Amino acid sequence: MSESQALLRTEGLTKTFPGTRALDAVDFDLRAGEVHALLGENGAGKSTLIKCLTGAYRRDAGEILLEGAPIDPRDTQDALALGIGTVYQEVNLLPNLSVAENLLLGRQPRRVGLVRRRAMNDRARAMLARYGLSIDVTRNLDAYSVAIQQIVAIARAVSMSGRVLILDEPTASLDRDEVAMLFDVVRGLRDNGLGIIFISHFLDQVFEIADRVTVLRNGRLVGVHDIGGLDRLRLVNLMLGRELAEETRETGRGGIDYDAAPRLRFSGTGRRGAIAPFDLDVHRGEVIGVAGLLGSGRTETAELMFGAAPMDCGSVTSEGRPLRLASPRDAIGAGFGFSPEDRKTSGIIGDMSVRENIVLALQARQGWLRRVPMRRQRELADDFIKRLDIRTSDAEKPIGELSGGNQQKALLARWLATNPEFLILDEPTRGIDVGAHAEIIRMIEELCASGMSLLVISAELDELVAYSHRVIVVRDRVHVAELVGEAITTDAIVKAIARPAAEAGENAR
Amino acid sequence: MNPRLLPFLATVVIFVVAYVICWLQFPAMLSTRVIGNLLTDGAFLGIVAVGMTFVILSGGIDLSVGSVIAFSGVFVAVMLRDTGIHPVPVFVLLLAITTAFGAAMGLIIHVLQMPPFIVTLAGMFLARGMAYVLSVDSIPIAHPFYDWVQTAYWLMPGKGRLTLIGATMLAVFVAGILLAHRTRFGANVFALGGGVQTARLMGVPVGRTTVLIYALSGLLAGLSGIVFSFYTSAGYSLATVGVELDAIAAVVIGGTLLTGGSGFVAGTLIGVLIMGLIQTYITFDGTLSSWWTKIIIGALLLAFIVLQKALLDITAKRASAREAG
Amino acid sequence: MNGGAARLLRRIAPQLVTLAVILATIGFVFPGFFNIAFANERLYGSPIDILNRGAPVALLAIGMTLVIATRGIDLSVGAVMAICGAIAASAITAGYGLPLTLLMALGAGIACGLWNGLLVAVLGIQPIVATLILMVAGRGIAQLITEGAILTFNDAGLAYVGSGSFAALPMPAVLWLSVGVAVALLVRRTALGMLIEAVGVNRRASSLAGVSSRLLLITVYAISGLCAALAGIIVAADIRGADANNAGLFLELDAILAVVVGGTSLLGGRFSIIASLIGAMIIQSVNTGILVAGFPPEFNLVIKACIVLAILVLQSPALYGAAILLRRTS
Repeated sequence: MSESQALLRTEGLTKTFPGTRALDAVDFDLRAGEVHALLGENGAGKSTLIKCLTGAYRRDAGEILLEGAPIDPRDTQDALALGIGTVYQEVNLLPNLSVAENLLLGRQPRRVGLVRRRAMNDRARAMLARYGLSIDVTRNLDAYSVAIQQIVAIARAVSMSGRVLILDEPTASLDRDEVAMLFDVVRGLRDNGLGIIFISHFLDQVFEIADRVTVLRNGRLVGVHDIGGLDRLRLVNLMLGRELAEETRETGRGGIDYDAAPRLRFSGTGRRGAIAPFDLDVHRGEVIGVAGLLGSGRTETAELMFGAAPMDCGSVTSEGRPLRLASPRDAIGAGFGFSPEDRKTSGIIGDMSVRENIVLALQARQGWLRRVPMRRQRELADDFIKRLDIRTSDAEKPIGELSGGNQQKALLARWLATNPEFLILDEPTRGIDVGAHAEIIRMIEELCASGMSLLVISAELDELVAYSHRVIVVRDRVHVAELVGEAITTDAIVKAIARPAAEAGENAR
Repeated sequence: MNPRLLPFLATVVIFVVAYVICWLQFPAMLSTRVIGNLLTDGAFLGIVAVGMTFVILSGGIDLSVGSVIAFSGVFVAVMLRDTGIHPVPVFVLLLAITTAFGAAMGLIIHVLQMPPFIVTLAGMFLARGMAYVLSVDSIPIAHPFYDWVQTAYWLMPGKGRLTLIGATMLAVFVAGILLAHRTRFGANVFALGGGVQTARLMGVPVGRTTVLIYALSGLLAGLSGIVFSFYTSAGYSLATVGVELDAIAAVVIGGTLLTGGSGFVAGTLIGVLIMGLIQTYITFDGTLSSWWTKIIIGALLLAFIVLQKALLDITAKRASAREAG
Repeated sequence: MNGGAARLLRRIAPQLVTLAVILATIGFVFPGFFNIAFANERLYGSPIDILNRGAPVALLAIGMTLVIATRGIDLSVGAVMAICGAIAASAITAGYGLPLTLLMALGAGIACGLWNGLLVAVLGIQPIVATLILMVAGRGIAQLITEGAILTFNDAGLAYVGSGSFAALPMPAVLWLSVGVAVALLVRRTALGMLIEAVGVNRRASSLAGVSSRLLLITVYAISGLCAALAGIIVAADIRGADANNAGLFLELDAILAVVVGGTSLLGGRFSIIASLIGAMIIQSVNTGILVAGFPPEFNLVIKACIVLAILVLQSPALYGAAILLRRTS
């Protein structure tokens, strides 16, 4: 492929945020008439790259070239005018306006200042007809399914830009038929010469629609491949960052007596639209790892087990007695703890001090009347700050001012202060520096040695292998495989994640 | 059917049913005379409620309008008393002041990113205070122009009078309907109510639209103040206390979502008429006390807010069910 | 505990300074302003008057502080004052006796608060919308109770609540001071204050940490209702009558203003009841100062508007962002 065919190119694109380098000299190129998949786990830099292209972020260094000419989009409107349109997972249209108004907002045909409704609706119908869509454009957008909303969003973006279309996880909430419909639209646009950047965590879909694949990891370019030269296993390995050769060097740990009565037993628990019913026993001193790609149902598993998204079927027993898990309070009462994936919106109470964040769960469990005495609060906070090496000037500093790793440690301290029997950690090592990373892993091992049971979700497979006694693999909102002890290798996990859907049903467990 | 039409239809049904009940009990209520009075009595509220509809559609609120009406009345009365200027240029000057006042509040809301209710609360204090500063007494207005306007009406069949101020309100509603539902500005107002971030991403000029919305509300509050001065032939700084609440209630009862993004200007007219009808019924009845108006309006508010909340929940549930598919 | 006292002082310093400046200005212009006389077993004078007249707003500010800390707002307090004043007046004239009368009026306030809390916490309606309902209907309910007239009474016991004195201080001042201390102790000696702040800053994270945010929300609205009830009783007792039309009119706005002047953010989180109470005193000092200065009271609202504007600018998130940026670059 010659250089002249590049429609959109980045050279050495770099973007730094306080504490992290989100994009590190990334070269990327998109040709006219191709669907180019952009892949990577959370924090790989996909969305930062997109935001630089659409002007939502200003890059720190590097060039963006559109048809060979350097461009510098200042905001989304600017990018649109240059010819770069974007469609996001959460449809960025207005549900309370009609389909026609959404398509033509700001460009409505007018006569003496008044919008010509009929002309506007005709034009909207004509726009959608090009995508084989014939719907009532006078109805509100939210009267239609997400798939149709996505197509409307695509129609709007293409009509305003026309050269590059970025699809940011457009299929995340679509069913199979809807995805097929969307892909027809995408293929049509590709054949018309548009360059399309496609972001998805559904590998099946990538293989179905993409012509080339660019993989990012930790802000760096890992590689660019033609889809024909890739298989699923290789792709997952690229995304998760390991080569097949070094796979089998370590296996998971043993030493759990699976014949003994479990501490907790989840039987047929599930929630519609979140996670299919699953059975899971939790034993004393056991670390259960949960592996799966983003959006596979791994977080949903954790939320269900903690009562944050209550189950709508199945039952739970604790030490043989039935247990009600309708809310986080129930779970905490039963000795559970949960450190959620999104620290900022679901974990820390940003404006409050490290001390208050640490005692919060303990205080909530004791009830508002029995306040944890101030001296005890200070002891707890100082103790955990020392034990977990939380780097803060003092316990009264607002937690929002700490680095990600230290916030994570403070959240761990919040639960450790309640002496939990069962601790759920969702991505405890995401977005934190290497030092804190190692400390958190060491802590996980210490905790299970002390008899606590843990369920740890992580995209870092060698990490999971290192501390797990058992690993559950989740894909498409189903628990598809369980690996125990010696059988836990990154290789085995990758294979279980990558196995195509049809095969999975037969080989589960 | 579009579920967003439901609150509007509910308003229409309530109005018709209420009118039929009134008519069954007092046959005299079905006359152009009563209808003419409904329009005249509701004129100032209707005009200011049109502005409030725009503000609420955009997801905001304007608490200053009651004070602005009072200020307008006092301003006009003082100007006519102390200067020899004809009322019409006084009106123009006043409307310029109240429009600028609204625009300034919109600007503060947009630039300082403060909640509209606290900004317009300051506006409420300021406008009422300025009215007090102009005069604490009720100032009667006597001017030939006022006499002419007050006696200007069109005699409807059945001897009902469509007064000039009633007609003004209807004209404002027609203009409001066109502006809200047939212009780019109107679409932008709905867009803001649907979500400021998304609207910005879609290229809606958020700042300009916000300023224009509150400027419009200020303009209509000023106009409403002029109409109120015709209605009472006086300017009084203590007048129209709490009218902002009546206007908000009329908008919500008219089927506009209090969180913004959905509604009809025409619904607000029916909301105003329903409120007028309750008052008229109480007058006809003679034994009922006026406070029942407030209680019934409160109950209607509750009913509509809960209805809207339920509709939103149903839409959200349907969306998530679809996703679960 | 010394560190705690120092922290509190640092927290309320801006409010204290503002209050001091206002009082000093008035005192400078009117040297007799600070004269306090002792007669009839109680103190008289302008400063005492400020404590006395500021009672309703101070009481409302206590409840409003808690509500605002949860990122809410209670617009209904003025109307609740009217309802409870009306209930107190009609109960005492109906001969229920003082204890039962007070119980009924305070109970009605709590019921109003529970209603608001139910709409906010259980039905999930925005606070400003939910409390608007009672704000509109409340005055009608109050008028229903008084049957439209100003309901006067002659019971000396009830009147004592509004115009009596205790320990040389006017009763309203004693009441708001003791309620303020009681609630401040309640929220700080128990974990209530911390949990309220947690819910206000991040409701989702708090719920995940096991905080029963629903119950907390209902509780703060109930407390707000209770404070409004007491304020309503004081106002009615002071004039020996319940005026359903004017009792508590616009006081919800003064209460919000007092909280905002007290430095509690409308976006929820950290709160200080003491600072809000000083805020209420600032507002009352301005009122009294204008009165003493012989300015027409008309200027009151204009000055209040200016205060709100100044605070808006100071608290604005946009400005806050700019300040952080400035600090970073310097």
